[in-house]
Amino acid sequence: MEHLIELKDIYKIYHMGEETVHALDGISLTIDQGEFVAIVGQSGSGKSTAMNIIGCLDVPTSGSYHLGGVDVSTMDDDQQAEIRNKMLGFIFQQYNLIPKLNVQENVELPLLYAGISAEERHQRALHSLERVGLSDKTRNLPSQLSGGQQQRVSIARALAGNPSVILADEPTGALDSRTGREVLAFLQKLNSEGDTVVLITHDNSIAVKAKRIVRLQDGKIIYDGDAQDPQAVVQPEEAGEAASDDGFAAFVGEGAAE
Amino acid sequence: MNIGQSFKLAVKSLMTSKMRSLLTMLGIIIGVAAVIIITSLGNGMQNYMNDQFEQMGSNLVQAQVYTTNTSLDIKAADMYDLAEKYPQYLSGVTPYKSVQGTVRQGSDEFKRTSVYGVGETFYNVDKNTLMTGAAMGKGRFLSYVDVERAQAVCVVGAYLEQEAFGGDALGKTLTVNGAPFTVVGVLATNADLSAGSSDDCIYIPYTQADRLGGQSYMELYMFTSTGRDTAAAAKGIVENRLLKAYHNSDFYMVMTSAEMMDAMDSMVSLLMSILTLIAAISLLVGGIGIMNIMLVSVTERTREIGVRKSLGAKRRDIRSQFIIEAGTTSAIGGSIGIGFGIIMANVITSVIALSLGTGNDGFVAVPTLQGIAVAFGVSVAIGVAFGYLPANKAAKLNPIDALRYD
Repeated sequence: MEHLIELKDIYKIYHMGEETVHALDGISLTIDQGEFVAIVGQSGSGKSTAMNIIGCLDVPTSGSYHLGGVDVSTMDDDQQAEIRNKMLGFIFQQYNLIPKLNVQENVELPLLYAGISAEERHQRALHSLERVGLSDKTRNLPSQLSGGQQQRVSIARALAGNPSVILADEPTGALDSRTGREVLAFLQKLNSEGDTVVLITHDNSIAVKAKRIVRLQDGKIIYDGDAQDPQAVVQPEEAGEAASDDGFAAFVGEGAAE
Repeated sequence: MNIGQSFKLAVKSLMTSKMRSLLTMLGIIIGVAAVIIITSLGNGMQNYMNDQFEQMGSNLVQAQVYTTNTSLDIKAADMYDLAEKYPQYLSGVTPYKSVQGTVRQGSDEFKRTSVYGVGETFYNVDKNTLMTGAAMGKGRFLSYVDVERAQAVCVVGAYLEQEAFGGDALGKTLTVNGAPFTVVGVLATNADLSAGSSDDCIYIPYTQADRLGGQSYMELYMFTSTGRDTAAAAKGIVENRLLKAYHNSDFYMVMTSAEMMDAMDSMVSLLMSILTLIAAISLLVGGIGIMNIMLVSVTERTREIGVRKSLGAKRRDIRSQFIIEAGTTSAIGGSIGIGFGIIMANVITSVIALSLGTGNDGFVAVPTLQGIAVAFGVSVAIGVAFGYLPANKAAKLNPIDALRYD
């Protein structure tokens, strides 16, 4: 059977002056239709880079990436834009709604870029907003909604294009824990309805809501398996390393990821 | 993303920061208004001059002859002979001699009055008008006998009749440089009855003018051709005769009224082109203003661009969004400028009508439809051209960097 996402020997190497940083150091990963995968790692582990590559926002230095059977690792800007439009739905930590557009217009955006007629856009956006329970807020501006509501709008926007994969990058990061749980529950519900969800987070307690956990460290996969396995939540260096070193490690890691 | 959506979005973002939009558009508004005002003035001036020439008639041929004070000099009689010799081309001729002199009536002195020495053919009996287009009012024009015998008679403008004779000038006398002239005719009101206008004039027989003014360095003759289509031939006849007399074309200049009109037209056109070019510089400055604000806008909206790209916007989608925004800004600015320019052109028309006293039939600054269309087109083009660079910058943004931008 063909995998929905198939990463093979992915390297992403950044040159920072004299230094070369291996943000991804030979990753191979497959994700199938209907999975709910959490990609976990501390900052600097390469999870952001992985998410950029899976999200077709970036291309790997080497290795191949097939999304839905199509090689997308060598595509140019505009081709990637089309793939993002047709196959991917993004959910961001900061919601990233466009403040000047109302809820309905925000949700219609991916459909607009897909060249769908105004009437169909309208219908699909409304349907999408119904799924997240915000069909009564279509005329509101994002600034008139709470954080949780804004995140639900961004989920509706991700769903509107009928994507093959929903990519959620720290979707609960800007929310209080109760709203965060609601958003996670909603992602689980989407997955139970057949959607493929890829969740990127640094937080184990969030990662365990997924069915499968892929743990990254220093650009390598150090665990890939069932989320219920106790091994999944062990962060190897977490216990051993001195806490005072964390700041520096995070600093270096942050730099490397960019 | 279609144009309608981009347009709506552009208007929306213009409306959210009205002050900034207005300041951005200011350069375009001023530039377009200036172009409209200048083209309106040029158009008005051309129409005005054409009207004046139209009144004079299209069959006028004017000959300027420089006097050499030698036996070569052509005399009025030679010109009359010429007209008699070619009746199929020349229907008449008259000297047209401007006299420098003081006009008095009783104790009043009229300093701004123009005095001209002309022949009887200066008046067209059939049309009841002078060669200048002015119509006769009361009495008669100068006759052949008046000219031939150098009678001391004159025809005065309506202003003089009012001011010097209290409304009844016929049969009364005035003096030019001390010589008395009896008024035999009065012209109909031609302008606004003010001093120095075309109503403030005196026509005397040219034979009298020769005595009063003495020799001048230049003589002017006005011929009328038999029709509009014989004007060119008439000009050739006059030129031939003058060349025969002087053997050098530097001593005279012959022009048909059509040529004079063309010469004036091209002069006005040239002047207008230069002024329009200057106005266009402010359009350029306006364009740079738009480019500046668009660059700021792209930076401010980096994150938005990133979001749009992550949702599948291609480079051309982003580019067209910003270009349409710039084009919309300059188009709205251009429209405001056109409105402002038309208002200003009307104001200038009223001011000129007031100061010249020509009324509504005189100078009217009319904006041409063509001028408006060009001004609007140019302002949109400027927006698009100057919006291209910022739009391209936006289109080329890397989505990852754009998404992370704060």
